[in-house]
Amino acid sequence: MKSNFFEVLRPGINSTFQDLGRENFYHIGLPFSGAMDNRNYLLSNTLVNNKYEAAIEFAYQGPLLKYYGKSTVIAVTGDVNFSITKKNKKLINGECYKNYVLENEDELDIISTNKSVYGYLSVSGGFVLEKILNSYSTFSRAKIGPFKGEKLFVNQKILINKTSDFKTQKKIKYVNTKIEYIRIIKATNFDFFSKKAVENFLNKEFIVTKLTDRMGMRIKGPIIENIKEKNIRSEGIVKGTIQIPPDGDPIIMLSDHGTIGGYPKIGVVISADYDKLVQLVPNTKIKFKLVNLPEAEKIYEIYRLETDNLINQIK
Amino acid sequence: MIKNILNLGDSSIYYDFGEQINKETNKKVISFFNSLKKANLEEIINLTPSYNKLIVSFDLKKTNFIELKKKIKDIKTSNIDEQKNKKIEIPICFDEEFFLDKERLIKKLKLSAEEILEKYLNKSYFCYMTGFVAGMPFLGDISKELRTDRLKTPRLKVPKGSVGITEQFSNIYTFESPGGWNIIGKTPYKIFNSNNKANPVLINPGDNVHFFPISKNEFLKLDEK
Repeated sequence: MKSNFFEVLRPGINSTFQDLGRENFYHIGLPFSGAMDNRNYLLSNTLVNNKYEAAIEFAYQGPLLKYYGKSTVIAVTGDVNFSITKKNKKLINGECYKNYVLENEDELDIISTNKSVYGYLSVSGGFVLEKILNSYSTFSRAKIGPFKGEKLFVNQKILINKTSDFKTQKKIKYVNTKIEYIRIIKATNFDFFSKKAVENFLNKEFIVTKLTDRMGMRIKGPIIENIKEKNIRSEGIVKGTIQIPPDGDPIIMLSDHGTIGGYPKIGVVISADYDKLVQLVPNTKIKFKLVNLPEAEKIYEIYRLETDNLINQIK
Repeated sequence: MIKNILNLGDSSIYYDFGEQINKETNKKVISFFNSLKKANLEEIINLTPSYNKLIVSFDLKKTNFIELKKKIKDIKTSNIDEQKNKKIEIPICFDEEFFLDKERLIKKLKLSAEEILEKYLNKSYFCYMTGFVAGMPFLGDISKELRTDRLKTPRLKVPKGSVGITEQFSNIYTFESPGGWNIIGKTPYKIFNSNNKANPVLINPGDNVHFFPISKNEFLKLDEK
């Protein structure tokens, strides 16, 4: 049997395999990892009739891939410019949230994301990958994941599972809306900060800096003054935790964060706002808004229902 | 026991065992951690023990803070002394090439290099927690005479396998990473191995670790890279 595969002609800036994430390894220092924007990961899979297969996550510039094999179906999600060049040189401008048939020797060029960071590529049936510690997710810092935890690289051959007969055209209307503010819950060291600092934190604008990646997001605004202790005993942190290091500039912990940390925590981003938070490009202005736990739970329930509705629309 | 239970964000429970940082407090944290691990609740997606805290992260699709807190309350915590914790022997090489902070420590601690090694090897160490980067063990307590602060400016790259000390603790850099601990030597052992599916880390919270010295030649023979 002839194999079906992608050849990587250009890997893109930060292209990795991701899935729902790696559970139950925080206690040995492994972050959750997984797709940064969970909703877009789920939608790309659903558009090609997959459930939780690994997708290729790319940031800013995506990969240029050449396909060899029996025709198959792909989909791209996010806010992404991409094109497909057919074997006869015919160029198709790609639309996100719509699936496409790829044929032997077609080229898929994921050119760039649009005023957002991450996008996802799924292929019907999924890629042929090895699960590492129960997950396809890549944690490149510790080289954990398929292909020895490496990001995509030039000339890499990525096999795909037996092409299914699934060829149904699927499409949804979905717009990645921007959020006006990031909703947070008070964290355990909220009272370490001066009244003025808390006021600034909740009312002033912050700017997303370039020091942002899958591990964390550094933001800049008014200095958040700590009036108690600048360091605490190292303890566990979770995705979305906002730490204030001694310099007073907040760091938001993202999916590949260190599992323990010694900086005081002022807040934690609510689960429902995480997908939108990670899509903010450097220089975006953001504001925080405080909510309580029951509110956060209610907002999450809405987020979950919206996601389920989108998935059901595709099915 | 547990002094305070709070939420950390909307999908984690924060168990605080009090401000005291010692083996006794940490043993309580680890006992609690082991009991929850054993209970194997499907809504729990991560457990993070540290010196005096345990964070339980859960799937918000399946439960919430109040519900899970109640469920966990009914789980019996067994004493750590009844549990089997490993004793692990780790080789360490103090060759000049690996003893990166020799001069600094001699000056700071007012001890000779030989005295530093002797005091370090004299004890076995309790693993309080593992983490930060994959598999890094936080070991303690080192002799009072060896305690000193971190480097003012952290190294951008601490070589993989390096053994460091700071304050009352010692650690092993399981991956090359930035770091500010005082480096005294290097182990050839691979502390973290993702190919070992059942247990990717050699040292787990609650384990006892003892270091034994090896020569550079032995190091090169044992080097697991």
